[in-house]
Amino acid sequence: MMGAVSAAVLVTMVMAVFRAIKGPTVYDRILAVNAFGTLTVVLISVYGFLSGRPEFLDLALVYALINFIGTIAVSKYVEFSHMGRPSGGDELGDI
Amino acid sequence: MLHAVSLGLVLFGLWLMLSGYFVGLLLGLGVASVAVIVWVAHRMDVIDHEGHPIHLTVRAFLYWPWLIREIVMANIHVARVILSREMPINPSVFKTRSTQKTELGQVVYANSITLTPGTVSIEVDKDIITVHALTRETADDLRSGEMDRRVTSMEAHPDSHDPLVQTTKGPVQ
Amino acid sequence: MAVVLDIVSWGLLALGSFMLMTGGLGLIRLPDVFSRMHAAGIIDTLGASAIMAGLMFQAGLSIVTVKLGLIIIFIMFTGPTATHALARAAGQGGAAPQLDKPEKKNKKRQEEGKASSKT
Repeated sequence: MMGAVSAAVLVTMVMAVFRAIKGPTVYDRILAVNAFGTLTVVLISVYGFLSGRPEFLDLALVYALINFIGTIAVSKYVEFSHMGRPSGGDELGDI
Repeated sequence: MLHAVSLGLVLFGLWLMLSGYFVGLLLGLGVASVAVIVWVAHRMDVIDHEGHPIHLTVRAFLYWPWLIREIVMANIHVARVILSREMPINPSVFKTRSTQKTELGQVVYANSITLTPGTVSIEVDKDIITVHALTRETADDLRSGEMDRRVTSMEAHPDSHDPLVQTTKGPVQ
Repeated sequence: MAVVLDIVSWGLLALGSFMLMTGGLGLIRLPDVFSRMHAAGIIDTLGASAIMAGLMFQAGLSIVTVKLGLIIIFIMFTGPTATHALARAAGQGGAAPQLDKPEKKNKKRQEEGKASSKT
């Protein structure tokens, strides 16, 4: 049954990768990669149960946080072309 | 001060739950790192009723069950839309007004909007939230203002009726 | 008792897998980036949470349950923030959403140039 769940997660990952490759705009790709990150968190947790080693959950926790930071950083970079000071004059910097 | 102590307790509880070891050395390391983090957060001046909203705790636990139910309903709705053969979507962008008094309440409201599938908050400008809705049902659901009302009743305005926040710097706006 | 827990757990896992695949299908089928965000929202909320809850019932009451709950909380708190950041970046980057009702069109967003940064 755990195998079936991980198969479902893998199928969804393939769909996300399809969108990341095909996606017409860069935002589609970021969205797909973000969804892929969530799926990775789920897959790591399920794999921990599949192999009977719940220590994998720590990796899943860290990956959830890294995924969030990564999406924010890439969105910000694509929007402003840099990570530093705000470019628009007002509060555009704190996204 | 209350917020700093509470933040320290929460962080130490997190340490205990994540490590699972109750040995003297590791507990000592945990206390040390919690102390460093609370000190850094104090220096950054982020420990206030906005960065660490303990005054919302009780009401947040009253709000979450309703939010979870709403999320499940919206999930089922959007899943049916996606799985149906002709995909009856009517995407729309509209502006809605949030009635929350504090920025924290607005953040909670905007995040709740995004968390329910079918509606995404695109932009927050003062008290106007621009929302993208996938179908007409989700848009009408949001326009009915139920979520707005519940978030408003959840966030307590700091200077009105909350005994805990009297110790902090006062109202946000 | 254990049988009931097992049934609930498998039910939640099946629901989560189904929701994940539905979200993935929506990611492919829906027409533009803003609509696809709703599909990603399905993956982020009910898909991931139902699978985590199912795993919780498998694990029983231990430190593993707490960690799974923390993962759910992290995903629930960070997911909408990331989606909002992306939606805002897309809105300001000139990705105009396909709209159904023309009178509801956000004029400003339409006029903001087509300088969409494609890769």
